[in-house]
Amino acid sequence: MRTIIFRTVAPYLTALMVLFSIFVLLRGHNEPGGGFIGGLIAASALAIYGIACGVAPVRRAIVFHPMSISAFGLFLSALAGLPSLLLHQSYMTSQWISFPFFDVEVDLSTPMVFDIGVYLVVVGAIASIALALEERESD
Amino acid sequence: METGLSVLIGLFFAVSVYLMLSRQLVRILLGIAILGNAVNLLIFTSGRLTREVPPLIPEDSYHLLVETANPLPQALVLTAIVISFSFFAFLLVLAFRAYQELGTDDANEMRVAEPVDEPAPPQGY
Amino acid sequence: MAGVSLNPELVAQSMNTTPVTLGDWVVIAPSILTILGGTLCLMTRKNMSLQPKIGIGFLALLVLANVALLARVIDRGVLTMVMGNWLPPFGIAFTVDALGAGLSLVASIVAFCTGLYASVSVDGTGRRYGFYPFLLLMMTGVSGAFLTGDIFNLYVWFEVLLISSYGLLVLGNDRAQLDGTVKYGILNLLGTNLFLVATALLYGLFGTLNMADLSQKVSAISADQAGMLSTIAALYFLAFAMKAAAFPVNFWLPASYHTPNIVVSALFAGLLTKVGVYALIRVFVLIMPAARSDLGDLIALVAIATMLTGAMGALSQGEVRRSLGYMIISGIGSMLGGIAVGSTLAISGAIFYAAHSIIVMTALYMAAGILRLMGGSYRLRDLGGLYAASPAFAAIFLILGFAVSGLPPFSGFWPKIMLLDAMLSSGRVWVATALLVSSFLTTIAIGRIWIYSFWRGGPEGTADGTAIALMPTDKALSSPALWVSLGILTALVIYIGLQPEWMLQLVSRGASGVVEPMGYLRSVFGGA
Repeated sequence: MRTIIFRTVAPYLTALMVLFSIFVLLRGHNEPGGGFIGGLIAASALAIYGIACGVAPVRRAIVFHPMSISAFGLFLSALAGLPSLLLHQSYMTSQWISFPFFDVEVDLSTPMVFDIGVYLVVVGAIASIALALEERESD
Repeated sequence: METGLSVLIGLFFAVSVYLMLSRQLVRILLGIAILGNAVNLLIFTSGRLTREVPPLIPEDSYHLLVETANPLPQALVLTAIVISFSFFAFLLVLAFRAYQELGTDDANEMRVAEPVDEPAPPQGY
Repeated sequence: MAGVSLNPELVAQSMNTTPVTLGDWVVIAPSILTILGGTLCLMTRKNMSLQPKIGIGFLALLVLANVALLARVIDRGVLTMVMGNWLPPFGIAFTVDALGAGLSLVASIVAFCTGLYASVSVDGTGRRYGFYPFLLLMMTGVSGAFLTGDIFNLYVWFEVLLISSYGLLVLGNDRAQLDGTVKYGILNLLGTNLFLVATALLYGLFGTLNMADLSQKVSAISADQAGMLSTIAALYFLAFAMKAAAFPVNFWLPASYHTPNIVVSALFAGLLTKVGVYALIRVFVLIMPAARSDLGDLIALVAIATMLTGAMGALSQGEVRRSLGYMIISGIGSMLGGIAVGSTLAISGAIFYAAHSIIVMTALYMAAGILRLMGGSYRLRDLGGLYAASPAFAAIFLILGFAVSGLPPFSGFWPKIMLLDAMLSSGRVWVATALLVSSFLTTIAIGRIWIYSFWRGGPEGTADGTAIALMPTDKALSSPALWVSLGILTALVIYIGLQPEWMLQLVSRGASGVVEPMGYLRSVFGGA
C-alpha cells in the first residue's frame, strides 16, 4: 500500500478531506450533511493518512487520544442543551444568536454546538477503532 | 410496496436466525448484523411508505403543501443504525480477541467461564 | 431559525410556551450529570489518582439529584419535561413518577457505593481502561431508562447501559471474561433487538411512541388490532424476560456474572436485571394492562420456573459468585410472580422486591469480594474459619443472607409478605408455593455458604474443630472504603427491615401510579 505516489498524495488528500468534513458539518443545519457524516469523512481521512504514513504520525497529528476527543464531543453535546436553562425552557431547546459579519448575517446556535459535539464523538470513536485495527495489521 | 418489503424483511429475519443458530462465532455475528438490518427495514416499513418527497415546509408557508415522506421512522432508523453499527464493531473486535485468547470460534468449545470438569460442590454440611 | 419570524399562534400550538422552572430540571439532572461526569473522567483517564475523585464526586451529585427528584415527585406528583420544548406526544418526554424516581434513587445509592468500593478494588490498569467513565455512562443509561416517558428512548437508554456494561465486563481482558462477554454480549444484543422489533410494530399500529399516549390509544383499541397487539406483547415479554434473565432465557447470567472484577459483578447484580423488570412493569402495567392479563398464566409459569431454577442453581454451585448469580435469578422470578398477579398490592410487592434486590445483591457480591480477600478463594472447598478472623463480617454476611432469603427482620421480608398476600388473594396458589419453596431453598443455599466459609474450622482437608489461624493480611482489607460501602448497604437493609412504613408508602404510590395512570397521563398532556 505504501507506494511513493500514495505517500506523497495522502497528506494533501487528508487535509482536503478534513476541510471538506468541516464544510459538510457546518452546512448540515439546512442542507444535507451534519455532524455524523462530517465525522465519518474526517475519520476516513485520518484512516487514509494512517494507511499511507503509519499510525504513529496520525496519533501525533491529532495530539489528543481519540477517546478523549470522543469524550469531549459528548461533553460538548450535553452542554449544548444547557443554555435553555437560563431562559426557563426545556433541555435541548435551541437558542439562536445572529450578528452581521461584514456583509453576511451569521447565525450561531446551540444545535450547531450539539452537531460539533456529534462530529467529535464520531471522529474520536471511529478513528480509535480504525487506528487500533491498522496498528494490529502492521505487527 | 409494503407487501414486497414485508417479504424482504421476513427473508432477512430467516437468514439471520439461520446464521445465529450456527456454532461459529463469525456466522453468529453476521446473523446479528443482518438482524439489525431486518429491524431497521421493519421500522422503516412500519412508518408506511408514502411519497419520496422530503418533509420540508416552504419558507412562505406554515404547513406542508404536498404529501411527504414520514420523517420519524427515518430518524428512528438512523438512531438504530448508529447503535447497531457500534455494537457490531465492538462485538467483532471482541470475537477476534476471544478467538486469539481461547483458540476457538466454536461456541460449544468456549468453556473457560464455565469449565466442563468443574469439581463438584462440597456435599453435606 | 433566527431570520424567519414565526407566527406566535402556530408556535403555541406546537411548542410548550409555559416557562420551565429551575426545579423542573431535576427531571433531566441525573442523565446530564452522569454524562458530564463520565466524559470528564474519560478525558482525564491518564490521571489515575483523579479518576476515583471525579467518579465518586459525580456519583454523590447523582444521589443528591435523585433525592431532590424523588422529593419533588412526592410533593408535586408526576413530573414531565419534553425535550426541546415540543408539545407531547411529538417531543421526547421524560416523565418521572414515584416508581421511576424511587428506583433511580436506589440505583444511584448502589452506584455510589460501588464507586467507593472500586476505589480500592479496581487497580491502576482498570482505571486507565476506563472503569469510572463506564460506570458513570452506565448510570446515564440506568437513570435514563427509569426516567424516560418514551418507549423508543427507553430502547436508546437500554443500549447506552448495554454498551457501557460490555466495557465494564471485559475490563482486564481475562480469558474467562472474554468468554463470558461473548455470551453476555450476543444474547443481550438479541434481547434489545427483539425490543426494537416490538417497538417498530407498536409504532406501526399506533403511530406514536410516547408511553402516556400509547396507554390511551391501547385502551381504545379495536377488535381487529387486538391480535397484532398480543403478538407485540409476547415479543416485549420475551425481550424483557431476556434482559431480566428469566427462565428459559437466563443462561447468559450464570455464564458471565462471575467473570469480571467483583465490583463490576456487584454493580451488574444490582442494576441490570432490575431495569428489565422495570421495563416489564412499565410496558405491561402502564401501557398494555389487557395484554398482561391475557399473558398472566404464561408469566406465572415463567415466574415459577425462574424461582425454582434460581434457587436450585444456587444450591448446586460450589463457587460463591456463581451461587449468588442464581440467587439473582430466583429474585427475578419473585418479581415476575408479582407482575403475573397484577393487582396494586402485587405490583407494590414487585417494586419493593426490586428495590430490596438491588441493594442486597450488590451488598452480597461486595461481601463476596471481601470474603475472597480474607479467605483467598471463591470456592467453598477452599474457604473456612473466617468467623474467627472477623466475627463482625460474619454477622454482616449472615444479615445479608437472611435478607436475600426473605427472613425477618430484614428488607427481604416485607416484599415477600406483600407478594404472598397478593398471590393468595388472587388464587395463584402455585406461584405462592413456588415463592415459599424458593425462599426455603435460598435460605439453605446461603446458609451453606455461610457455614462453609465462616462457621467450620478451616478449609477442606483441615481436621474439623481445629480452627486454623487465618489472619488475613491483604492490606486492601484495612481500607475504610470497602467497609463503608458495604456498611451503607447493610445499614439500608436493616433499616428497611425495621422501618418499612415509608418504603411501603412509596411503593404503593409507585404501583398505583402505573395501575391507574391518571396522574401520569395528566402530567404529560396537562390540564383536564
